[in-house]
Amino acid sequence: MKMKTLVKINTERCKSCGLCVHVCPKKILSIGEVANSKGYYTVEVKDQSECIACAFCALICPDMALEVYREEKGE
Amino acid sequence: MKAIFTKTAGLSDRPFHYCPGCTHGIIHRLIGELLEEMNLIEHTIGVAPVGCSGFCENYFTCDMIGAAHGRAVAVATGAKRARPDRFIFTYQGDGDGASIGLAETMSAAARGEKITSIFVNNCIYGMTGGQMAPTSLVGQKTSTSPYGRDAATMGYPLDLPKVLTQIEGAVYVASVSVDSPQAIKDAKKVLRKAFQVQLDGLGYSFVSILSTCPTNWGVNPVEALEWLQTKMKPHFALGELKVPATEGGSEA
Amino acid sequence: MALLMKGNEAIAEAAIQAGCRLFYGYPITPSTEIPEYMAKKMKAVGGTYLQAESEIAAIYMVYGAGAVGERVMTGTSSPGFSLMQEGLSFLFAAEIPCVIVDVMRGGPGLGGLGPTQADYFQLTKGGGHGDYHAIVLAPFSVQEMVDLTKEAFDLADYYRNLVIIAADGILGQMMEPVEFPPVAGRKLEPKTWAASGAEGRPKNNVLSYYLTPELGEAENLRWGEKMSRIKETEQRFVEYEMEDADYAFVAFGTSSRITETAVDMLREEGIKVGLYRPVTLWPFPEKGLTARLNQIKGWMSIELSAGQMVDDVKLVVNGKAPVGFYGRQGGMTPEPEEVAAAFKAQLLGGE
Repeated sequence: MKMKTLVKINTERCKSCGLCVHVCPKKILSIGEVANSKGYYTVEVKDQSECIACAFCALICPDMALEVYREEKGE
Repeated sequence: MKAIFTKTAGLSDRPFHYCPGCTHGIIHRLIGELLEEMNLIEHTIGVAPVGCSGFCENYFTCDMIGAAHGRAVAVATGAKRARPDRFIFTYQGDGDGASIGLAETMSAAARGEKITSIFVNNCIYGMTGGQMAPTSLVGQKTSTSPYGRDAATMGYPLDLPKVLTQIEGAVYVASVSVDSPQAIKDAKKVLRKAFQVQLDGLGYSFVSILSTCPTNWGVNPVEALEWLQTKMKPHFALGELKVPATEGGSEA
Repeated sequence: MALLMKGNEAIAEAAIQAGCRLFYGYPITPSTEIPEYMAKKMKAVGGTYLQAESEIAAIYMVYGAGAVGERVMTGTSSPGFSLMQEGLSFLFAAEIPCVIVDVMRGGPGLGGLGPTQADYFQLTKGGGHGDYHAIVLAPFSVQEMVDLTKEAFDLADYYRNLVIIAADGILGQMMEPVEFPPVAGRKLEPKTWAASGAEGRPKNNVLSYYLTPELGEAENLRWGEKMSRIKETEQRFVEYEMEDADYAFVAFGTSSRITETAVDMLREEGIKVGLYRPVTLWPFPEKGLTARLNQIKGWMSIELSAGQMVDDVKLVVNGKAPVGFYGRQGGMTPEPEEVAAAFKAQLLGGE
């Protein structure tokens, strides 16, 4: 059974730069249609279930808009 | 759920003012994380430059001093000599550190100042709107080299870390980049070593970090990463160019 | 117990006694005994002397040390002082206390090594950019160099403002007996603003910029108030034979010593003249001068320059009496006889 993961997006910090979309090995991120207060179309997770919590997206995000969580075995 | 990645206490909650895709933000994060992980936040005095990152004192949660353009390393020298017990780092762009501040950088290295200089090289002046920098590549079009940098009249890109390896007082010199998750992880390791060199009092540590400037390069953030990888990397020596002798590493 | 000391060294010793433990400098005649003295003596008191690669680097090392809250000093001479001007503007805006010594020499350009007072405008009107002032103290003896240097550190901390000791090649190089009496000093606030490492307190930033015009104006108005406070309380001057004087010289530093002899000579001829000697070049001591306006029929500024302080004298006298000027340049100093003759020519119609 795949472990549960979560990519938490702080949409107000996202500047729609697309670097996370570019580096996600599972290609589950994309720039959505919803704009934040500054007018940036922010990133969205297309399919959280495919996420392997590698955190590449968070590593390369220049604005620290992403947090990544993963369910531990015991939970 | 276990947190795999969350914000570091080394940075404030204030959103960055940098352009979308500008890798300054990544470099800030690495420094903030290291300050937290190495328990340095309360013992650190950072010195901010003039340029895009001239406002980084709003992001780092340690005490910061704002220096005049090009003078961060001299300011840091003054601060370190006043408080040798403090961890002192400078954060500069390529113009600040390799153009107007070149003498200050070279001289601090020659003196072996026990400070750590972080040199963010994006081959352009960002804040002022995209002018040619000392590290601009031959042929690179900027607002002050509109027909491309002409070596015959504007010279060649200055590979400052490579030069610094020749200076005895510079005991740790590295050149890294933040253009991929792997590169970012490696950059953090290098920064940690540079910080440790200062803590061990071995001498001057200098880390050059290749960085992007989508806005002034006139490309989108992803294209900027590719430009860095294909155009910049061939022109600058990369890796740990010099490690302290005590570490058994080979000299440059 | 008096010591026979060279001016430059006396300044350095006074700084150390004032608790200064950091000196960043660059060699330049005729001020180099200051860094040399520091290089010898700082170690013994656990202080640091560091030779910078240039005066530009030196002033920003001062900036760094001052920003972390430590007493710090540099010493230079006119060409080096020119290189420091941007730094002085930054030091003012960041409100970083520090002490700078300018041992003036022949200018402009590489100039000469002899004494001048030709940095007066640069010292008092500000060679750097923006509306700012340094407190500028002008000793006229080795003893005053000691006393004013000690006070300079208190003034700098008290007002969080740069303080400059304006000396010249003669004062720096000459030897005179000097004493180092203990000084009470001012009651000073702890430097809670300093960027000294945020241990157990919220972080501090020491900066010199403002992002919006509104904030810019507010900051400048605040600094203006500080300047007014300093102008109100820190004007210093010394009067020589002014009580019954009909005419008065205005001169500071080396030129004031020569002028004192000219005063004596003229008095022997029955001409009642005095000397008004500014000790603070900024704030210019207009108070004492204004108090004499109804008494003095003619003023004369004696300077080692083409005439710079004379402008400030004219501003205060404001047309109430004639203001003459006599000076020598390039490192030359006038004989007292020249000063007396120029006075007669300009103010007594050549009698």
